[in-house]
Amino acid sequence: MSNMIPVKSDAIIPERDADKTPILECISLGIDFGGLTAVDNFNLTIGRTEIAGLIGPNGAGKTTVFNLLTKVYQPTRGTILLNGIDTHGMSTVKVNQAGVARTFQNIRLFSTLSVEDNVKIGLHNQMPYSMWSGIFRLPKYWSVEKKSHERAMELLSIFDMQDLADSRAGSLPYGAQRRLEIVRALATNPGILLLDEPAAGMNPSETAELMDNIRKIRDMFHIAVMLIEHDMNLVMGICEGICVLNYGKIIAKGTPEEIQANPAVIEAYLGKKKEA
Amino acid sequence: MKNKGIRLTRTTRTSAFTYGLVIVAYIILRILIGFGGISSSLQGMLVPICAYVVMAISLNLTVGILGELSLGHAGFMSVGAFTGVTAAIAMTNGVPSAGLRLALAMLIAAACAAVAGVIIGIPVLRLKGDYLAIVTLAFGEIIKSILNNMYVGVDGAGLHFSMLTSSDALGLAADGKVIINGPMGISTIPELSSFTAGFILILVTLFIVLNLIHSRAGRAIMAQRDNRIAAESVGINVTKYKMMAFVVSAALAGAAGALFAMNFSTIVANKFDFNTSILILVFVVLGGLGNMWGSIIAAAALTILPELLRKFSDYRMLVYAIVLILVMLATNNPTIKQFFRKLFGKKKTEEDVSHE
Amino acid sequence: MTFLSYLINGISLGSIYAIIALGYTMVYGIAKMLNFAHGDIIMVGAYVVFYAVASFHLPYVPAILLAMLLCMFLGVIIERLAYKPLRQAPSLAVLITAIGISYFLENAAQLLWSSNPKVFPSVAAGSIPLFGGELNISYVTVITVACCLVIMLVLTWFTGKTKMGKAMRACSEDKNAAQLMGINVNFTISVTFAIGSALAAVAGVLLCSAYPTLVPTTGSMPGIKAFTAAVFGGIGSIPGALLGGLLLGIIEIFSKAYISTQLSDAIVFAVLIIVLLVKPAGLLGRQIREKV
Repeated sequence: MSNMIPVKSDAIIPERDADKTPILECISLGIDFGGLTAVDNFNLTIGRTEIAGLIGPNGAGKTTVFNLLTKVYQPTRGTILLNGIDTHGMSTVKVNQAGVARTFQNIRLFSTLSVEDNVKIGLHNQMPYSMWSGIFRLPKYWSVEKKSHERAMELLSIFDMQDLADSRAGSLPYGAQRRLEIVRALATNPGILLLDEPAAGMNPSETAELMDNIRKIRDMFHIAVMLIEHDMNLVMGICEGICVLNYGKIIAKGTPEEIQANPAVIEAYLGKKKEA
Repeated sequence: MKNKGIRLTRTTRTSAFTYGLVIVAYIILRILIGFGGISSSLQGMLVPICAYVVMAISLNLTVGILGELSLGHAGFMSVGAFTGVTAAIAMTNGVPSAGLRLALAMLIAAACAAVAGVIIGIPVLRLKGDYLAIVTLAFGEIIKSILNNMYVGVDGAGLHFSMLTSSDALGLAADGKVIINGPMGISTIPELSSFTAGFILILVTLFIVLNLIHSRAGRAIMAQRDNRIAAESVGINVTKYKMMAFVVSAALAGAAGALFAMNFSTIVANKFDFNTSILILVFVVLGGLGNMWGSIIAAAALTILPELLRKFSDYRMLVYAIVLILVMLATNNPTIKQFFRKLFGKKKTEEDVSHE
Repeated sequence: MTFLSYLINGISLGSIYAIIALGYTMVYGIAKMLNFAHGDIIMVGAYVVFYAVASFHLPYVPAILLAMLLCMFLGVIIERLAYKPLRQAPSLAVLITAIGISYFLENAAQLLWSSNPKVFPSVAAGSIPLFGGELNISYVTVITVACCLVIMLVLTWFTGKTKMGKAMRACSEDKNAAQLMGINVNFTISVTFAIGSALAAVAGVLLCSAYPTLVPTTGSMPGIKAFTAAVFGGIGSIPGALLGGLLLGIIEIFSKAYISTQLSDAIVFAVLIIVLLVKPAGLLGRQIREKV
């Protein structure tokens, strides 16, 4: 499995490359929905090959942050720098082309299409040819389709899913659907991969397998990964840096050890200690 | 790559079946015509059937593949009919060969319908669901209204055009000819259409539509149909691909309109109304969304059906309506579907279980 | 003065559209389907009154009540036989079935009552002179607008304050949850169709009083326009149906008067398109945000 995807940085795995431009920088990011401030003063920097975690109680605003990063919502204030470039005003489509890929809390696959086609759609911008080449079956169609097929199969083999290539995406078991979503996101050649509750509904052995796969992805593709999770074993197990959100504001940032000892975090999850 | 070989065959098999269906039907019908085995009324319907088949395939591209309900598809047919016939008449002296004139007229019709598709697509494709459907209906009616009030004539100086007045207002020279006469439509149509031309148009339509679907653009179109937000999140420019499908669909409908019109000596804009749009929609839904060979069979069968029911005379449209309702109930009610499955001994699928 | 008379005509026509649109919007709200057969129920109602008055010599008001009753019956039967079995089916399937019902009604009417135009007996004759005879408002107009207002008020009270009305609103939001709360969903849906069909009968009488030619396809175009009005005002919203219907009627009459009779339909539809571009969920509709 050598160089399948062009490498974005020449980081030495698994160290975070502190001497290179961070892949993502959020500066005073915030969004209001009418009178409600959903996220406020969100500051975060993520290194080129860092695995970061975004945690917090339900309703804290974690998916809202993802939606801001992928421009499902436009921020009310603040800046998002992707690879040093300001993403202000970009659409969801543009920001994906700039290097942000994501999975969703509620799985969003192209359910009537095959597993392989789902991945090929991820490869849409990586392997283009014109509509006319497609309609008139010009040589470019044949050569690019062949390459797409090969690349899609390579990507599927990361999760050992090649044999499912022709299955209808909607008929896959739940865990396979989640993995397919990740493969599709990877196909877009991102600089950072945002995973929204990737372990939801998984049992401990599937979760352990997922942890290995996330590390494998980071090592193979030299990309950063940020994940939202509630499963603390997963988070503490693979995240190098963790950011804790509550009521739309960051209450703590740091390594897993620091976070576990942080009283504000404990209070957010477990509530205030009762007076004796 | 063993997988690739098998997979190509599966999609190719359905496509081959579709082409084969059309080619075999054409050959059989040609033979029957040669032996006089087809009634003259049925023979007269062959060109309209070809036109309706193309309409159904193109509407299936919009409703089944793009995934949006269009209630104004007859509007594109109308644009194609009027522009195609006008072009054919204007070319009478310039292009001697009838076949070539028909082909050029259909091309011009397709191009004009494509332009209409772009103009209409820009507002329409911004809306969703029932609202999109209603706006397509509105545009269909607008096109009908405009064409009903349009006057076009040709003379030595070229094409003359006027709205809402009369043919006199065109100011044609003595040797000039009125082509479109307001609500009277066109009454001097050169009848250039033929069954062979229709057959070729169907093949061209299938070539364009099937190749589009089984290509990168087709995948993008179907992706946004299944999940627009996910499609955007992987960098698909949804607006571009929605337009692509919509405009291709419109262009093909335009060509079908030209073919249809040049089968008759007169056409009026009122022929291409909401009822025609619904008629084509019924073909598409009955044949199966996204299923091109289904559209072909449904369009042909449902156009012939009222003819076959002639023996019921007055009751035939009633029978048509009842058949339609019963077929929709049979193909969509889970209990009835289950009944037929048990009858034919098929295994229950996961989908059936989840609906119980 | 002519402006005022056009305005009044517009409001009158708009009231008819509003009453029809109400039927569309209520059924859409609860069954999430566009009942294309609605326009033809209007036609059936009109024919019932025609024959009741012309052939059976019933007095007018009982004739209208009879028409309302028969249309309610018809609407409920159609719902039970054709729409209920398809409740889980994709909405396109129900749409085509509704179209089939529409074809059926139009052709049955043609067989039963022939397509020779009938002259409909108007609900009232004569007019009220105003401003010293410069402006005449026909009694038909007065009755039409009054009916529309009364219907709107009654329906608003009904859906807001009565138990059945609340049940209807609950079923519109979430049928399964409503059922779990003990609401008889089937009965509630039937009641909705019954009310809609009764309204259609009333609309048929008012429509044919104003435009007395009655043929089997009489309900078709007003049905399409009222459907447009319902979407225009925000499908599923009762005040939206009123607003949409009235505006549509006014725009249609003014277009016919000041721009062109032949292009009036095109103008009405063009206005619809522009409004939907600015307000994609209709004038009073709610934009439902998809949760990402």
